[in-house]
Amino acid sequence: MTTPVLKISDLCVRTDGRQQKALLEGVGFEINAGETLCVVGESGSGKSITSLSVMGLLPRGISRPEGSIVLDGEEIIGASQRRYRQLRASRMAMVFQEPMTALNPVHKVGRQIEEVLRLHTRQTGKECRDQVIAMLEAVHMPDVEAIYNAYPHQLSGGQRQRVVISMALVLKPRLLIADEPTTALDVTTQKQILALIKELQRKNDTAVMFITHDFGVVAEIADRIVVMNKGRVVEQGDRQTILSQPADPYTRMLISSVPSLVPRSREEPSAESVLNVSHLNKTYGGRRFFAGTSRVVAAAQDVDLTVRRGEIVGIVGESGSGKSTVARCIARLIEPTSGSINVDGQEIAQTSRRALRRFRTDFQIVFQDPYRSLNPRRCIDESMIEGLLNFGTPRSKAIVKARELLALVGIDPDGMRRYPHQFSGGQRQRICIARALALEPKLLVADEAVSALDVSVQAQILRLFEDIRKLTGVGILFITHDLRVAAQICDTIIVMQKGRIVEAGKVGPVLTQPRHDYTRTLIESAPGRFWDFQNFRPLAQQPGPEQKM
Amino acid sequence: MTKAGTGTQALEATGAPVPVVGEDHGVTRRLFSSVWVAMSGSVLLAVVLSAALAPYLWTGDPLAINPISRLKPVSAEFWLGTDSFGRDVYSRVIYGARTSLLVGAGVSLVALSFGLAIGVVAGYFRSLDSFIMRVMDGIMAIPGILLAIALVTFSGASLATVVVAIAVPEVPRVVRLVRSVILSVRTEPYVEAAISLGTPTATLLLRHMVPNTIAPLIIQGTFVFASAMLAEAAMSFLGVGLPPEIPSWGNIMAEGRAYFQQIPGLILYPGIVLALTVLTVNIIGDALRDTLDPRMARNI
Repeated sequence: MTTPVLKISDLCVRTDGRQQKALLEGVGFEINAGETLCVVGESGSGKSITSLSVMGLLPRGISRPEGSIVLDGEEIIGASQRRYRQLRASRMAMVFQEPMTALNPVHKVGRQIEEVLRLHTRQTGKECRDQVIAMLEAVHMPDVEAIYNAYPHQLSGGQRQRVVISMALVLKPRLLIADEPTTALDVTTQKQILALIKELQRKNDTAVMFITHDFGVVAEIADRIVVMNKGRVVEQGDRQTILSQPADPYTRMLISSVPSLVPRSREEPSAESVLNVSHLNKTYGGRRFFAGTSRVVAAAQDVDLTVRRGEIVGIVGESGSGKSTVARCIARLIEPTSGSINVDGQEIAQTSRRALRRFRTDFQIVFQDPYRSLNPRRCIDESMIEGLLNFGTPRSKAIVKARELLALVGIDPDGMRRYPHQFSGGQRQRICIARALALEPKLLVADEAVSALDVSVQAQILRLFEDIRKLTGVGILFITHDLRVAAQICDTIIVMQKGRIVEAGKVGPVLTQPRHDYTRTLIESAPGRFWDFQNFRPLAQQPGPEQKM
Repeated sequence: MTKAGTGTQALEATGAPVPVVGEDHGVTRRLFSSVWVAMSGSVLLAVVLSAALAPYLWTGDPLAINPISRLKPVSAEFWLGTDSFGRDVYSRVIYGARTSLLVGAGVSLVALSFGLAIGVVAGYFRSLDSFIMRVMDGIMAIPGILLAIALVTFSGASLATVVVAIAVPEVPRVVRLVRSVILSVRTEPYVEAAISLGTPTATLLLRHMVPNTIAPLIIQGTFVFASAMLAEAAMSFLGVGLPPEIPSWGNIMAEGRAYFQQIPGLILYPGIVLALTVLTVNIIGDALRDTLDPRMARNI
């Protein structure tokens, strides 16, 4: 039997200080050469602390790790900083989530990769340069010479991540730790990066420790899976076993929360429309006082859409597709350049902000980041009743209503006098939804409302949206970048690309028989699309209506 | 009737708020944890107390002219000597603290309130922004002390005019600070949520945006306070500040200038007190900044 590249056993890490809090307790697993081990867990599970312990990069305020980490036959716990520096890059390397912050913005990317070589090898300048060029070719960069001389801001997110990967792999380390390397990227780019990591791994027989929260990605690339929760390893095993027969209840819950691309069957919504948008345009730039003529960017062009009573319409697209622009125009947080927005019979596109105020009850918005959506200085009850007070409801009545709504979204109304920081992210998002419902809107705009949440919480919030729709008959415009989420909740899907709608229709047909190439690409890039997570089984082929219950 | 969140609730026990540990140990306690800050606090407190209780601190009339005892050295009768008019320097320094603190507080108050109002308008109403900011740039382009001297020359020397004259050049800095805070807060989701809930603009500003400016304003206020005391002393020293009948540390030094060779105490004592007060206010300002806004502490 070969020795594993990395063997962690009984790893414990805790915070420094008087009240020591255990961050990792008895973590142990191993990775062999050429193997991809996915470490999966929700936020706070200790997956990143594990990887930082291996790299010797734990932040201040955290104790030195105890236990054993054996890299390539060498015990590295207790190694000197000098030894760690030698090991990093040459034997182990790390790729982080955000490629922009991992690169130095004031140096050309070619030089940054070269620096690794100059620090760790004795090659001449010419040799270094040639090796960097070869490496850039290996990560499939177009026009390598130009990339070599480019600054990070001149590259796209995917290209930057390729540069970071070249930096990590240029010395052919035995172990690559990838900490959520594709989380900040669009799905189509993610697919390419995952394929790239696989390819380079095969070429150099690298052991890859892949940290992610996304079971879709896990289903695509993992050989073996380690599931972590609250600093402990809950379960580990090969991919097939964990995904199809998870033994631990936590793992079961986690996997069954993962949305899959299989659309749910939906009843027909009523015919009465609550939102009619036609020929909506939003352009940025143009006339400016001092800057002269600036570049005009069309963020949304000729957008038409309809939301009916009790219908959930999803707008799906990658970053820069204009989906959020459309949402913010409809919520009138930004002014549309032209076009018409009709909410429940009232035209609001060109209404002045002052005149618009009295129609605000009809449409409400829920944002992505639950941590910033509530004023941190105000109690929950103050936030909840703000809208009602604005429209003349007496305070006592407003409080009663707020209590009802909090109960509706599953928050104990007796916690109303508390401040937002005393609630978890999922709870805050429930509060935000309750606040939006207080004015009894006809239309609810949810702008990436579940994107910042852990997958188990995300599943709960999606159910909440569904319950609310049934109960109140509110029409929901659901903006998301995640096709899988849209498949779970939406009746109708609108696909946007570069500010335009490229495809729109019922969720079933759009997902199973996409007409536009871009939709097809999106579906093909969705990670884990061949796996039906709720039922712990692989899908036979392309998800289609025949899989539907 | 609630059916929300059926199923997997184990993870997130909905309802009961999550207790948060390790937050809010009290700003005051954290502030005075450093020896330096505690010392500065006591010195400043002493200065404030002596200003408030000036008549009871064995002082005489700070304005009483006594030609017989001119330019007396330090003695049991005159603790810090006398000046060229025979006035008791000790009494004048103690009463001078009143003037200096009054000027510092007055200038801070005027500069902060005008700066806050203008900054909020510039930050929130984008159409007025470039106009207001160019005016502010204009004011900033004129050396502060020069502008203050010009203003006093126009309007005549009195406590009120000196306060206004020193406050005007401080306003643009406060405006910039407030504007930057408002600009960053206005796109926060909770502000947009409030807009969406139909909150009127005035309420929106006061309830959701202005509270964010308080911490940086308090910090800026301490620096304005210190520099105002210095500016007043400098103007009085140059003879364009407070009228001579108001004892201020700058006045005392100005009058002592001619006799510095004979009686250095005339400049030394008020100078030391002034330097000490400004230093303590600055230290407290720095400490406030570190406590209220740890991110800023590292950037500046």
